[in-house]
Amino acid sequence: MSLTLAAGEVCALVGPSGCGKTTMLRIIAGLDRDYDGSVQRPPAGRLAMVFQEPRLLPWRDVADNVRLFAPLADDAEVAALFDILGLASHAGHFPGELSLGLARRVALARAFAVKPDLLLLDEPFVSLDDALANRLREELALLVDRRSVATLLVTHNIEEAVRLADRILLLSRRPAQIIADVPVLTRRAARTDDDCAAIRAAIAQRLADHSRTAATTVSRGET
Amino acid sequence: MLRLLSLALFIGTWVLGSWLAGERMLPPPTAVAATIVAEARSGELFWQLGITLARVALAFSLAMAVGVAIGFLMGRVALADRIGDPWLIVLLNLPALVIIVLAYIWGGLTEAAAILAVAVNKVPNAVVVIREGARALDPALDDVARVFAMPRWKVLRHIVVPQLAPYVAAAARSGLALVWKIVLVVELLGRPNGVGFEIGVAFQLFDVTRILAYALAFVAVILAIETLLVQPFERRASRWRVQPA
Repeated sequence: MSLTLAAGEVCALVGPSGCGKTTMLRIIAGLDRDYDGSVQRPPAGRLAMVFQEPRLLPWRDVADNVRLFAPLADDAEVAALFDILGLASHAGHFPGELSLGLARRVALARAFAVKPDLLLLDEPFVSLDDALANRLREELALLVDRRSVATLLVTHNIEEAVRLADRILLLSRRPAQIIADVPVLTRRAARTDDDCAAIRAAIAQRLADHSRTAATTVSRGET
Repeated sequence: MLRLLSLALFIGTWVLGSWLAGERMLPPPTAVAATIVAEARSGELFWQLGITLARVALAFSLAMAVGVAIGFLMGRVALADRIGDPWLIVLLNLPALVIIVLAYIWGGLTEAAAILAVAVNKVPNAVVVIREGARALDPALDDVARVFAMPRWKVLRHIVVPQLAPYVAAAARSGLALVWKIVLVVELLGRPNGVGFEIGVAFQLFDVTRILAYALAFVAVILAIETLLVQPFERRASRWRVQPA
């Protein structure tokens, strides 16, 4: 499998559970060394990641959690991020006092405070209720448009990919192959519901084509 | 309120026991209090207490420093654990008395031998607790530190130490209790001063009043240390924990 990400491009990896999306993200982040192949990150580039769980330091408050990992961020920048994400009134709270939605926002703030060159997001809004997840997706879209950064978003939610990505990679079951590479030409801010519906239809079509091909191959006795 | 009642009950039982067993076997609280005051006036009490506390402080600090270092190493490096474990088990189960006696035989009846004996007794306990803490470090937080390229010293200070803090507090708590008991034995066996020495002399003279006087004074000091030093430290270290309602 080969993947090239352009600067400022938001790429979504969509695939069924267990196909290896998180593993791939961990390999790209340098957390997993057990693989064949090569990973080339932007040279001297800053990396930021939002994990499936918020992974905040429980013994420091929200403001410290962001600042400890982003020591170079100035106060104005952090304050602006907090405003966009609705965290201004929670700066002094500890992670134990936050709801999951708020904790996820802090993790987002932490990732953006670093001003990364490569941003990795691993199903960042999973297990939130729809309303909250949609709100957070809007906030993420805002942040990504504010300062463009090469982004890799792993999700099994096609809706999320359609809303946020410039490019959607559909992955097959394990061992993951890229079934389709669907570009999204409309700007995030200008995307209407009709646009989203059209893209979803395109995706559904590609997935259906793939299942048909796979079924035919199976019935011919090949893998 | 309940504490006062408990204290009153304690003193009441003491008076009763003294009346039943006779003043020679169990002196009444008044006699013991008088001895404490006399010793305090002459300065003896503070001198002996001071010496014992100095030994406790020295042995405790030494044992904690060595125990945390070795415990952390054994918890993170599998090889260190495999090599050190048999030594640990032997030291844990070697009776305190044996260690003390051997220390005095090999090191002479010196202060160094005394402190070392106490420290060697405490180190295995600290190692076992800290090792568990090191094993329990959250790899998820390690991942975050790695991705955000946090420098090593920062990881140690902000991620490792806070996770180890409860374990260090536990080792300190149980260790302190262990250390001051062993210091008294060490003083009894081979030192010319300290609370342990005083109790030894009083034992030979069958001076029960003196024994109780020094014992109670010592316990009072320990309780003060507990309340004024250990508990506030423990509360601070656990401030961020979400307490059950």
